[in-house]
Amino acid sequence: MSAPLLAIRDLTVSFATRRGGHAFQAVSGVDLTVQSGEVHGVVGESGSGKSVTMLAVMQLLSQSATIAGSIMLDGQELTALSDRQMRKIRGARIGYIFQDPMTALNPLLTVGEQIAEAVRIHRGDVGHKHAVARAIDLLRLVAIPNPEKRANQYPHEFSGGMRQRAVIAMAMANEPDLLIADEPTTALDVTIQAQIMELLDQLRREKNIGIVLVTHDLGVVAGVAKSLSIMYAGRVVERGLVDDVFAAPHHPYTKGLLESLPQMDERVERLSAIAGAPPPISARPSGCPFHPRCPYVIERCRSERPVLRPVGPIDVACHRAEIVAADKGTLQDA
Amino acid sequence: MSILSSRSASSRFVWPEWATLPLVGGGVVILAWIIIGLTIPWWTPYDPTNLAGMRFQPPGAEHWLGTDALGRDVLTRTLYGVRHSFPIAVFVIGCAVVIGCTLGAIAGYVGGWLDSVIMRFVDITLSFPPILLAMAVTASLGPGLGNAAIAMVIVWWPIYARLMRAQVLSVRSREHVEAAVASGASRSRVLIKHILPLCWSPIIVNATMDFGQVVLLAASLSFIGLGAVPPTPEWGQMISEGAIQFYRWWIALGPGLAILSVVLASNFLGDGLRDYLDPRAS
Repeated sequence: MSAPLLAIRDLTVSFATRRGGHAFQAVSGVDLTVQSGEVHGVVGESGSGKSVTMLAVMQLLSQSATIAGSIMLDGQELTALSDRQMRKIRGARIGYIFQDPMTALNPLLTVGEQIAEAVRIHRGDVGHKHAVARAIDLLRLVAIPNPEKRANQYPHEFSGGMRQRAVIAMAMANEPDLLIADEPTTALDVTIQAQIMELLDQLRREKNIGIVLVTHDLGVVAGVAKSLSIMYAGRVVERGLVDDVFAAPHHPYTKGLLESLPQMDERVERLSAIAGAPPPISARPSGCPFHPRCPYVIERCRSERPVLRPVGPIDVACHRAEIVAADKGTLQDA
Repeated sequence: MSILSSRSASSRFVWPEWATLPLVGGGVVILAWIIIGLTIPWWTPYDPTNLAGMRFQPPGAEHWLGTDALGRDVLTRTLYGVRHSFPIAVFVIGCAVVIGCTLGAIAGYVGGWLDSVIMRFVDITLSFPPILLAMAVTASLGPGLGNAAIAMVIVWWPIYARLMRAQVLSVRSREHVEAAVASGASRSRVLIKHILPLCWSPIIVNATMDFGQVVLLAASLSFIGLGAVPPTPEWGQMISEGAIQFYRWWIALGPGLAILSVVLASNFLGDGLRDYLDPRAS
């Protein structure tokens, strides 16, 4: 296997509260690896630390955040870079797609101008005319019909799906190696979601870029991602190839997430949900952070925090992974 | 009846949607004053500072608003007054907007100790009653319209600093700003291209409304003898001359009505602009 495109090692992000009080860890010891030409899904509920991890990669966190650990892009350590050096990475080597295309575009600039600007930030030698021509090419790349006309329109003249395409075009403006998509389909209709995912997958194939797909929707990951990491309470709890994880989830949280998805081939009276709620950042439980919600809980889970360990083809952070994987029943039966 | 109403409906001029009554009414009055100020020497029969007739003549056919203690035509002087009030108001509002918006934008965008320093300065200035502070500054600089204008800039810029800072803070947290940072834009580029263009509408509305307030404050300073000095035909100065002639009410009537019309018109214009610029208004 070649050197990974993005390698996050033991990343910890903590936020200091005002007046130097408690520092809360939003992300604790996260490892993540993304290869060129593959989609890696990062799945978790709101507050699980997935967006914070990605913003740490871009170094877009507020000043109250402290980052520890290593983030390597193509062998280059990003955490050591100055803000000026980091600006040359943002948008040029890493493209970022935000969740809500309704607000991610400047309402006072035409879509073409905005994409052209993204080009010119990194290519000062490109004239305005060429940048606009490039913007039209990019709109064509993301399959926006009639790009010459669309480039002169303002964001409010675009539908939600079209805006997300424009946002993707902007992220692709400088042919980045890595694309971080932070819940790119959450704000869109289901039919549009599939189109956007298909577009991202097509860009991956044609440009051989690596994509990190942050989402809380396992169904979205199943379609396009090759590997995935499941995050809970700031930690990666399960990691592996999508096929392996979906075939036999080893962590009770993953199991619960999968059971909460509707299945086409089974008749289920009622979709199951995971009881309880994720712990707040200020009151993470001792031992395994999932233990208050876990039906497989034993005494050891309350005191000793499990670390990621290989079980078969999967890395999992659970003391009882073997039992969970072997259990064919549902989480609620356990 | 039906023929009449259908005819009048078809031939009636239809106002465009943006042309609301406050916007058009306020705009017409302000525009009229500007035209008067620019053209008045060519059409008024009297000189504003020289004898035009008998002293203390009540309003009549010769002198529509009468004459004052020195026999000067009150209407002529009133109309000439706009040549002092408007340039001062434009100067004061212009300087206050430039200084206030610059400092406010820096405070809101940079934050930290710079924000604290600028905003405490703003708080201190705003804690004085505006007229009192303007009086104190003018008195220390010496009477005169120029010094009064400088004093009013000092009183007025903090309002715009506060307004601009609030705008920048609210626009800064929008996702398109974060998206611009994520695409590698520098801090100054983000501020100039992605934040400031979205901040202007409340500034424009406020500046329009404040126009009348500055005219009023300038007149107040002149009234108490800190602004324009005789024989300048300035509205506040003229009212103070009229105030000592209690039974010759017409001397103060012209400049009083002039101030009233400008303050009202600028308030209406500002109100109309706010409705027009507010995207939430239907």
